[in-house]
Amino acid sequence: MSRQIPDRLQSPLSRFLRSWEALLLCVFIAVFVINSYASPYFLNAWNLSDATFNFTEKALIAFAMAMLIIAGDIDLSVASILALASTAMGLVMAAGHGTPVIVVTGLVTGLLCGAVNGVLVAGLGLPSIVVTIGTMSLFRGISYIVLGDQAFNGYPSDFAWFGQGYVVWVISFELVLFTFCAIGFGILLHCTSFGRTVFAIGNNPTAALFSGIRVARVRFILFLLTGVMSGLAAVCLTSRLGSTRPSIAMGWELEVVTMVVLGGVSILGGSGSIPGVVLAAFIMGVVTFGFGLLNVPGIVMSIFLGLLLIGVIALPRLIRRR
Amino acid sequence: MQPVLSLRGISKSFPGVKALSGVQLDLYQGQVTALIGENGAGKSTIVKVLTGIYQPDAGTISLGGKVVHFAGADAAAKGGITAIHQETVLFDDLSVAENIWLGHAPQGRFGLIDRAAMRDGAVRLLDSIGADINPDLCLRELGIASRHMVAIARALSIEAQVVIMDEPTAALSHKEIHELYDLVDKLKGQGKAILFISHKFDEIFRIADRYTVFRDGGFIGEGLLADTSEHALVQMMVGRNVDQIFPKRKHRLGAPVLTVAGYCHPTEFADINFTLHCGEILGFYGLVGAGRSEVMQALFGITRPSKGACRIDGHIRALRSTSEAIAAGIVYVPEDRGRQGAVKGMAVFQNVTLPSLPRTSQAGFLRLAQEFALARKYATRLDLRAASLDQDVGLLSGGNQQKVVIAKWLATAPRVIILDEPTKGIDIGSKAAVHAFMAELAAQGLAVIMVSSEIPEVLGMSDRVIVMREGRIVAEIEGAAMTPEALLRPAAGIAAAA
Amino acid sequence: MGLLKQREVLLALAILVMTIGIAVRFPAFVAPRNLASVFNDTAPLMILVIGQMMVILTKCIDLSVAATLALCGMVAALLNGLGFPLPLIVFCAVALGAVLGAVNGVLVWKVGMPSIVVTLGTMTIYRGIVFLLTNGKWINAHEMTPAFKSLPREMILGLPVMSWIAIALIAGFAVVLTRTPLGRAFYAVGNNPHAAVYAGLDVGRTQAVAFVISGALAGLVGYLWVARYAVAYVDIAAGFELDVVAACVIGGISIAGGVGTLAGAMLGAVFLGVIKNALPVIDISPFWQMAISGSAILLAVAFNASRGRAKGRLILRREDTP
Repeated sequence: MSRQIPDRLQSPLSRFLRSWEALLLCVFIAVFVINSYASPYFLNAWNLSDATFNFTEKALIAFAMAMLIIAGDIDLSVASILALASTAMGLVMAAGHGTPVIVVTGLVTGLLCGAVNGVLVAGLGLPSIVVTIGTMSLFRGISYIVLGDQAFNGYPSDFAWFGQGYVVWVISFELVLFTFCAIGFGILLHCTSFGRTVFAIGNNPTAALFSGIRVARVRFILFLLTGVMSGLAAVCLTSRLGSTRPSIAMGWELEVVTMVVLGGVSILGGSGSIPGVVLAAFIMGVVTFGFGLLNVPGIVMSIFLGLLLIGVIALPRLIRRR
Repeated sequence: MQPVLSLRGISKSFPGVKALSGVQLDLYQGQVTALIGENGAGKSTIVKVLTGIYQPDAGTISLGGKVVHFAGADAAAKGGITAIHQETVLFDDLSVAENIWLGHAPQGRFGLIDRAAMRDGAVRLLDSIGADINPDLCLRELGIASRHMVAIARALSIEAQVVIMDEPTAALSHKEIHELYDLVDKLKGQGKAILFISHKFDEIFRIADRYTVFRDGGFIGEGLLADTSEHALVQMMVGRNVDQIFPKRKHRLGAPVLTVAGYCHPTEFADINFTLHCGEILGFYGLVGAGRSEVMQALFGITRPSKGACRIDGHIRALRSTSEAIAAGIVYVPEDRGRQGAVKGMAVFQNVTLPSLPRTSQAGFLRLAQEFALARKYATRLDLRAASLDQDVGLLSGGNQQKVVIAKWLATAPRVIILDEPTKGIDIGSKAAVHAFMAELAAQGLAVIMVSSEIPEVLGMSDRVIVMREGRIVAEIEGAAMTPEALLRPAAGIAAAA
Repeated sequence: MGLLKQREVLLALAILVMTIGIAVRFPAFVAPRNLASVFNDTAPLMILVIGQMMVILTKCIDLSVAATLALCGMVAALLNGLGFPLPLIVFCAVALGAVLGAVNGVLVWKVGMPSIVVTLGTMTIYRGIVFLLTNGKWINAHEMTPAFKSLPREMILGLPVMSWIAIALIAGFAVVLTRTPLGRAFYAVGNNPHAAVYAGLDVGRTQAVAFVISGALAGLVGYLWVARYAVAYVDIAAGFELDVVAACVIGGISIAGGVGTLAGAMLGAVFLGVIKNALPVIDISPFWQMAISGSAILLAVAFNASRGRAKGRLILRREDTP
């Protein structure tokens, strides 16, 4: 008696329609429409392009952070890694090196910082939240030791292209980079066996270990990824600002976590998607830009984002209890 | 005589499972009532209802003739019900005395905890059960048997009319078991009503006065033990004729595939030596806490032994991680299916392919068609019951989750498969399927190690049995020598009858 | 228990060694007056750490303490400007802090949201409200009454009132934590939430109480901070929540919950306070502070972890251990 079990009960389409990503899409469209009515400057191609700078750098980090959180860890030191990478780039620049060396320095610094986190968390088994609170202070602290209250200025002019350049028409390099990374991380998380192990580890690290997955190795690689993406964000941000201060990107770690959680990634691990993070990035970008056009101060915007974060996480839980 | 505690019509459901439907139970002052039933009959659920952990969906609880309602665990304690739960629910970083008195510590002035009274009370309680434990020690420092003693002391610290004991002798040594019987007699003398849950019939007939039988969440019958027999009770438990049939096997042993020599661990086991052959089912018997799972986990690369060597096909292999063990052809189906076996939150097919991803994917990219094919093949072979292969494995029944875990390992084409309590907590239909399957695996030339605490299963399925106690091998038995006594005596530490 | 004492002793020794080391070159550092000043300077941190410790014990985290502090401080300054009597001002600050903490507590208890997400959200919301209250304007010293400003600084028996408040709170909460059922509940709930239910404890409610206490203490520190520095504005104590968590970690409060002593937490705070005050004395630029506290956190976490390694089931009886 072979009763065949069906592979799936729901078609992928119907699953999408009921998902978090669909909800985010609706929210994005709503916010976009409201903003275009609220301000006449909103639907201008160049203004919209400017708006993308609000989120592209943070989103680069958010993609890697999303994978890390899905695996059950967290990295609160990303903004500090960015600061340290930027400082390293400044040092190299001041020593007279050209743009290629500067960029590589930024990426390698990010990678090394990620390795430090990885060794402590994946290697020694220390809890990631407190380790990265520690490295958060340590990395930015090193930047402060090097720079004090000074700044590095005078980056070479071709370096500025990363953060300020355009590829075609209004499409900035950062936006193109964002798109490539979104696609790359999306494939990595959802279409590779590595991505599958990330979900398994986040859902049940013990069972994942008992299934032959090299849990420590995967977690280490994820910390390397957040490090290198923070380094990449450092290249973009430093290039856009044209200078380095030790206080660069202060507070960004919490904005990145907000972007990831808003994107539907559970802070407890085990579930989430890259498309969700992309949509969350768009929403946060549009909200920031729209409020900016209405001359709302940044800090009031944060109230809205805080309410959005709590509301968006609380809502499904409240509905389930009903 | 009027019962002290009376349950009528109690029902409790969880998503997908009806744990109790309209059950009744009566407990009498100064008498021990044994609650009998198979795994899944609803015994643990009724204990949680009585102790206020669960609220029943329907039915009434009457204490001393009055209907009561327990909103939480402390309400039940105040109502005079205390329990020694099957799982020790204690706090590692609190002291023994604090564990005993948590939630109802003796209070001095201003409502502050009276530490001296707490310590004295702890000493008094521990002495009364014959446990020689320092009340100031952190619980983390104690071994498994001592923790159980602390759990018993905690239960007794609550002045109760009703005492529930859920499988209390599972982790105890022979001497400690007799002390527990003395304790039960003493509590009876004090007029307490005792509910005693156990699988062991000799125990039941020794200390209980009455019995109640549950089956599949329903009440089957009750009465005085003096009026019944073990055979009748088992029939009520199982609902059909008893002699458990195990698959007939041709015990043809092949070449030795696994040889373990001198495995030691600093705290969990010592001097483990044995050989396993192709086509053999080697049973590992022992009481809870004997160290069998620890040995198996060392073989699977979860932990590392401090000394000793392991040979596969004659070559020494170091098993330092699970991936090395799997590469060597050893796989492990864990006892704790929920925590160690199945990844809940992921789909059935994703669970099945997890260790086999290198084979089903191409250049690191997932190939869903391949994965579904693999999952389908084993789902059919194991007769898996699920709504779809895409379903969350957490929604399946215990038996089907176990099948998914077994399927996952078969898909890796292993040489040695270690099953740790493979039929624990599973309904009888799935049990038979798992047994038939194990026999089939052995017939195909796989070497099977089965860790089990159920004597009929161990005797019915194994070619040879190794008995462990307190981290060491105490007996190795085969052929005609395999009898229940031959297993039980060394496992419990009882000297053989003269 | 023996090992636990050892950790606090080691930390106390470390502080002693540091202090003596400094005293060798700069004897003025250990003059009683200076030590009192260091203690006083660390008092706000110590008070906040009491509250955070309880939150972390129950397996939660409160990232909103600094924002609560800022909001209550601003409200206190505003009430002062409206002519409220001082006792009422202090009462309102504490009460408001308790309410803000209760918001966190209710979201964690009743809605079931993870505390890191909740407090990330409330952190930005509370700070934003500070801005809304005065539209970004500062309240300066000359706008505050003398009585308001001088209370924390009044000297009694050689120590300022703020130090006495800290001492009183430490003594009071030491009793609560070790000798009351609530204190035991904090430890039990964090150590094993599953078993806590069996012991009749309400896990969510205990966590909510911890948040209320943390908020109330933050409200008190809000008044003290604003009064002592004689200024109130949006960014006061920015980033301070991480110092508070760092002090807890250094003091041996495990982020997993259920482990840690008040003595340890206070020593952790003193450790950070000594470093902060010692750097200018030994002429190391204050820019080193961040890196040093970051390293201290990492060392503390590594030490915490090595102490608490899970010991297996301890099956072999002691006499047989090979």
